[in-house]
Amino acid sequence: MKQFGGPALFLDRNDINTDEIIPAKYLTESSKKALAPYILEDLKLDGFDPRSRALQDARVIVTRANFGCGSSREHAVWVFEVNGINVVIGEGFARIFRQNMFNCGMLAVELPKTDIDRIMGLGDGVEISVDIEAGRLTARGTADEVGCSFTLNPFDRELILAGGWLAYADKKY
Amino acid sequence: MGKTITEKIFAAHLRDTPCPGNVVLDIDVVMCHEITTPIAITDLMERGMDRVFDPAGIKAVIDHVTPSKDSKTATQAKILRDWARRHHIRDFFDIGANGVCHALFPEKGFIRPGNTVIMGDSHTCTHGAFGAFAAGIGTTDLEVGILKGVCSFKEPETMKIEITGCLADGVYAKDVILHIIKKLTVNGATNKVMEFTGPVVEKMSMESRMTLCNMAIEAGATCGVCLPDRVTADYLWPHIQDDYPTVAAAVADFKKYHSDPDAVYAETMTFEISGLTPQVTFGFKPDEVKDISEMAGTRVDQVYMGSCTNGRIEDLRQAARILKGRTLAAEVRGILSPATPAVYAQAMEEGIITIFMQAGFCVTNPTCGACLGMSNGVLAEGESCASTTNRNFNGRMGKGGMVHLMSPAAAAATAVTGAITDPRDFL
Repeated sequence: MKQFGGPALFLDRNDINTDEIIPAKYLTESSKKALAPYILEDLKLDGFDPRSRALQDARVIVTRANFGCGSSREHAVWVFEVNGINVVIGEGFARIFRQNMFNCGMLAVELPKTDIDRIMGLGDGVEISVDIEAGRLTARGTADEVGCSFTLNPFDRELILAGGWLAYADKKY
Repeated sequence: MGKTITEKIFAAHLRDTPCPGNVVLDIDVVMCHEITTPIAITDLMERGMDRVFDPAGIKAVIDHVTPSKDSKTATQAKILRDWARRHHIRDFFDIGANGVCHALFPEKGFIRPGNTVIMGDSHTCTHGAFGAFAAGIGTTDLEVGILKGVCSFKEPETMKIEITGCLADGVYAKDVILHIIKKLTVNGATNKVMEFTGPVVEKMSMESRMTLCNMAIEAGATCGVCLPDRVTADYLWPHIQDDYPTVAAAVADFKKYHSDPDAVYAETMTFEISGLTPQVTFGFKPDEVKDISEMAGTRVDQVYMGSCTNGRIEDLRQAARILKGRTLAAEVRGILSPATPAVYAQAMEEGIITIFMQAGFCVTNPTCGACLGMSNGVLAEGESCASTTNRNFNGRMGKGGMVHLMSPAAAAATAVTGAITDPRDFL
């Protein structure tokens, strides 16, 4: 199973789309690893720099509503995976992006806006730990911490435990 | 309790219920193209799983970058081509026979009412126009689809989108769907099926219904769907003659895929479109839509006519009606990509290609190329494009480029003046 948790990066905007996560011109790459340098290359967000240390260190993304909308490209999930980011926490996800996360054995956590506000309110340098079994996550800032509960559908949990949909489906169907 | 068309299709294809609310469906048609499939093929080969569930259930095309533009895209094409040969996939379309997947596969009669369809492409929702459940998926879902012929979905909720009134001249399906997305927003139908009904949809051609369903994903929907009827049967007739004695028999059979009168919907919305005017996007999201009059005069550098949204013969006819005897404005470049070889041939026969060429358009082979900024018409930084495509995200057609989505008629009018123009000015 993958590692879940670590330093968080906030992407405080709705509707971040797959073209911003990984532009189409990189879809000619035929290995996941080759995508790594291009993560979030075209993201338009005040103060965000795709070359920043904060992105290199990040293991968790915290964002707003409708994350990953647009293209079906799983490259948008792989580019997080190859950068060591296996958790995305948001107010909501586009269907295909969310399914691609669990299909790769990665975790997409949906939280209400109030919880996302509280986590983002902690400021820079937040570390997030995730307990998949208990459905709890804790975000620790320099001065304070925030705890949240989340629900994980049993099928999604099984996909994570199996290491993804291909391994699960190969055994079962 | 009655069922929606989608609930009926799900019930007929149910393989497993891994937990309440999630289902695994048998898939009738797995469609593949050379951008998202090669990596699935390579992964399956590396895992020692280089198999396919049913060669007849798989359709494949090279369409996003064709002819290949460099070594990397040539390799992607080769992986798909070799795989299709290795597994005896008969319905494989390469250069000379290839076209934009969501226009080509319907033309070939591959999608039938009641089918389940998946593809590693978000605009797979287009095929719902035939009364099918068709959804875009990622590469892992595609791998499992290729290997096992199954895919998992959440149990669907359906939004009923009733479209009433009468479309004015110069206003088209593209304007209707842009108007609906503006109202719903880009997230308004996430995890839902948009069922398009009402007198306007009943009167629409299959081409127009495909345009509606194509952009369901732009409101976040899993699929758009129309109820299969006489229009569907007429379109499919060359391909279903062995299955039905008459078109009327096909229409009668298709009724089993109609939603029941007492079906339960998550929501019902009615759009009365008699007063609707041509629409256009102004920002970087497909819900940022205005009446075209509010954007009139905005200069563009390029006009792009094509794609799975509006690259069919009906679309080319709408544009040609305006372009006939007129030419591109100075400093505007025009690109036409007919969606399929059949569309190209028909447009030649009708003199439409000549009209476009005399207007000053460059005519390319059928491809998805420019729509997603991969080939054949990428924008430079700071440029803008009047486009008949479906998506206007920042950088979509090239880094720093702006895309204004509109109907083919509006794009043609814009080509003539060089600035966003109401097509009704030329009718």
